Amino acid sequence: MVEAFAFYSLAAFILGFAVLVITARNTVHSVLFLVANFLFVAALYVVLHAEFLAVIQVLVYAGGIVVLYLFVVMLVNLKRPPEAHADPRRRGRLGLAVAGLLLAQLVAVLGYSATQAVPAAAAAATAPAGGNVEAVGWLLYTDYLVPFEVASMLLLVAMIGAIILAKREL
Amino acid sequence: MANAPRPMFDTETLVINMGPQHPSTHGVLRVVLRLDGERVVDCDVVIGYLHRGIEKLSENRDYTQIVLLTDRMDYVAAATNNLGYCETVEKLMGLEVPRRAKYIRTILAELQRIASHNVWLGTHAMDIGAVTVFLYNIRERELILDLFEEYCGARLTYNSMRVGGLPLDIPAGWDRKVREFCRIQEEKLVDYELLLTHNRIWLERTRNVGVISGPDAIAIGLSGPPLRGSGVARDVRKDEPYAAYDELEFDVPVGATGDTYDRYLVRLEEFRQSIRIIRQALDGLPEGPIVGKVPRLIKPPAGETYHAIESPKGELGYFIASDGKSTSPYRFRVRPPSFCNLQALRQLVRGHLVADVVALIGSIDVVLGEVDR
Amino acid sequence: MASGRLTKAAHGAAREGAARGDGAPPATEPGSGAEPRLNMIDIVIIPLLKIVIVFVAVLFGVAYLVLLERKVQAWVQVRLGPMRVGPHGVLQPIADALKLFVKEDITPARADKWVYTLAPMISLVPALIVFAVIPFGGTAHLFGKTVPLFVADVNVGLLYIVSVASIGVYGLILAGYASNSKYPLLSSLRASAQLISYEVAVTMTLVSLILMAGTLSMVGIVEAQRQAGLWYVFAQPLAFFIFLAGGLAETNRAPFDLPEAEQELVGGFHTEYSGMRFAFFFLAEYANMIVVSSVATTLFFGGWLAPFPNVHALAFLGLVPGWIWFLLKVFCFLYLFLWIRATLPRYRYDQLMRLGWKVLIPLAIANVIVTGAVKVLL
Repeated sequence: MVEAFAFYSLAAFILGFAVLVITARNTVHSVLFLVANFLFVAALYVVLHAEFLAVIQVLVYAGGIVVLYLFVVMLVNLKRPPEAHADPRRRGRLGLAVAGLLLAQLVAVLGYSATQAVPAAAAAATAPAGGNVEAVGWLLYTDYLVPFEVASMLLLVAMIGAIILAKREL
Repeated sequence: MANAPRPMFDTETLVINMGPQHPSTHGVLRVVLRLDGERVVDCDVVIGYLHRGIEKLSENRDYTQIVLLTDRMDYVAAATNNLGYCETVEKLMGLEVPRRAKYIRTILAELQRIASHNVWLGTHAMDIGAVTVFLYNIRERELILDLFEEYCGARLTYNSMRVGGLPLDIPAGWDRKVREFCRIQEEKLVDYELLLTHNRIWLERTRNVGVISGPDAIAIGLSGPPLRGSGVARDVRKDEPYAAYDELEFDVPVGATGDTYDRYLVRLEEFRQSIRIIRQALDGLPEGPIVGKVPRLIKPPAGETYHAIESPKGELGYFIASDGKSTSPYRFRVRPPSFCNLQALRQLVRGHLVADVVALIGSIDVVLGEVDR
Repeated sequence: MASGRLTKAAHGAAREGAARGDGAPPATEPGSGAEPRLNMIDIVIIPLLKIVIVFVAVLFGVAYLVLLERKVQAWVQVRLGPMRVGPHGVLQPIADALKLFVKEDITPARADKWVYTLAPMISLVPALIVFAVIPFGGTAHLFGKTVPLFVADVNVGLLYIVSVASIGVYGLILAGYASNSKYPLLSSLRASAQLISYEVAVTMTLVSLILMAGTLSMVGIVEAQRQAGLWYVFAQPLAFFIFLAGGLAETNRAPFDLPEAEQELVGGFHTEYSGMRFAFFFLAEYANMIVVSSVATTLFFGGWLAPFPNVHALAFLGLVPGWIWFLLKVFCFLYLFLWIRATLPRYRYDQLMRLGWKVLIPLAIANVIVTGAVKVLL
């Protein structure tokens, strides 16, 4: 009962803020709604007993990445809108395509989870409090070592790319 | 800007007004900064917020009244201003000042230099964040104010000199108190040095900040500690001695690189030299009258003259033209050291960070009363 | 069943810092007999009471920390400090609070009103809710009950502190942005750059601490120190110094108080704020000082443990309750903060960044590697 109540209220908040993110006129407000959104997602993780994930969500996304978003949004002059593409219907078609893709993905995930039992990784991630951190660490450094390292390489590449773009002379 | 425009990003400079209401512009200086991030691309110095027309006013006052007005120029070193003015009038009239008066004037001027340097060090350190030094300095300055109060009754604007000599002789026991002060100040100088001179943060904040070479400093017209910090040994007290300086021994400290740290060291050494001068002057204080033969009505002969002294801030010069008929100057003009030194600010701050701007304003040691007059 | 849910609810309350999670649902459960009623006291009343006590104590502590700062600085500077309100100025914080309450609350023209109002709250709330996981002591016996002296022992306590602290940055950035004024903007850029940079170094030192203790729980770390019979400051002196420098920087304290450099940026990100909203920023800064001191005490100085547990001659020190030791240690840290402020000049922005990225972070990473290697080899 309590769990369901928590889940649905949190989910409502998450969706509400998500809508606000894309409808807010002011970009800074939009980023703020995004932060609120992330915080409620973190709360959802807590309800799922995934404290570690919740804390990391706050630390990395709300506390780190979005701060940088905010930086950019605050400092970049947004008074002049970016030039629209010559074809006005292009955006609509692109949006439709992306929405279709997302729908397909959702359907696929739903279908998959309906047919399959809960995979081991998910079970471990939501293991009761205490074993949480160890479980995630264990999985990351054994089963998912290669994807983990690849992801870190990707981040490194992105970082170097950003520095090269921003730096006037090296 | 010198840099080629970047291909992808167009950036704007941020124009920011530092002052006239700002905690560290030492009064009412306004500096318009053009910033690229935190780096200063350019700056304009806007002055005039404290203009009271002292030069013009002086043309309608008689020669004795003007001493009062000079008090209000560099208000942290009023006695020095009095001295420069009185000596200029004396030079114009060809008056001889008794030796005792000269000695007392020297003592007063050097006390005033210490007081002014105390204010400078305190505010300079506070601008860089060392708040405690400020209160220590003000504590020592307070002692000087007490000495002045005992001498002439005033604590800030002294009106402590007259054309041809002094209004008052020193009170009994005053010399002992001055010696006591010198001892205290010498002790406390060690404290300041402990807090700052070898402090890593202080070094990083002042070294290689606002470097100006000797020839550049001369070209801009710097004088006083900022000029000596750049390695030019120019001191009016040595080069064109006035008052009793030709009879006293002292060194002129000079810096090597001309950065903020050098200017700091130069001024700290000047504390010591001033104490040395005061002690010598007290030792050799001659007896005699304190006023020379001054006519009842001060009416200099027609002519003009320029006379400069070394104020705590630099070369303080007075130009006075007399038409020979009036008891007021025909033209009165001051060469204030702060005003001339402030010219260097633009060159000094370019390329530095916002935090350095306040350090540099402090290191030039401007008093806006003198800049605007 | 119910008890499991309720503990979780209490956790959630600590996490969100609001009373949103704790109140309504459990109170309506039908209380049948004495057994559940007892449970109620254990799991609702006591945590609520603890939250209230900690909250009030922190606010009170902050108010008096301000007075302490003024006093300590005055003593260093051969002054007296506040003397007028009450004997030796002890009532000064109350007068200050009253003044701030009644002051006009100004919103600058063309400021972003919502964000402008939100910013002080965003910076205060994280500073306060961090106290949820700080262990002030072991356990205490009250009215025949054994009560642990912390609001919550979360198994990711240390990470919780780091992550909540990282939310505090928003307060500073948004204050600078929303004020529609240039000095606050500059200072909020400084603040956020500084916080983000030093957070990396501080988190790295925490990693080496976690390696030592083998747990993320704050209580667990203190317990580990008890078992090792060693305060971690002696095992990890380098980490301690990095933590201290980073802590000074993260709380915007001298010599790293660039975001509020009064002499450069007038007042910093709160230049345009007045009245209660300004007070919020002020509270947040001092609450953060207490947080950093408490975390340093817990991680490096054995939290509530008495010093020299191995020396028999000093065994009487164990008679003093743990929370007194804790407060004493925290006080020493706070004093250090104030002392440093009264002594040192301020760093410059670029030097601060250089120190953070080129000295502290590499040192912290090296420290983690060495700690890990030693841990594996032993």
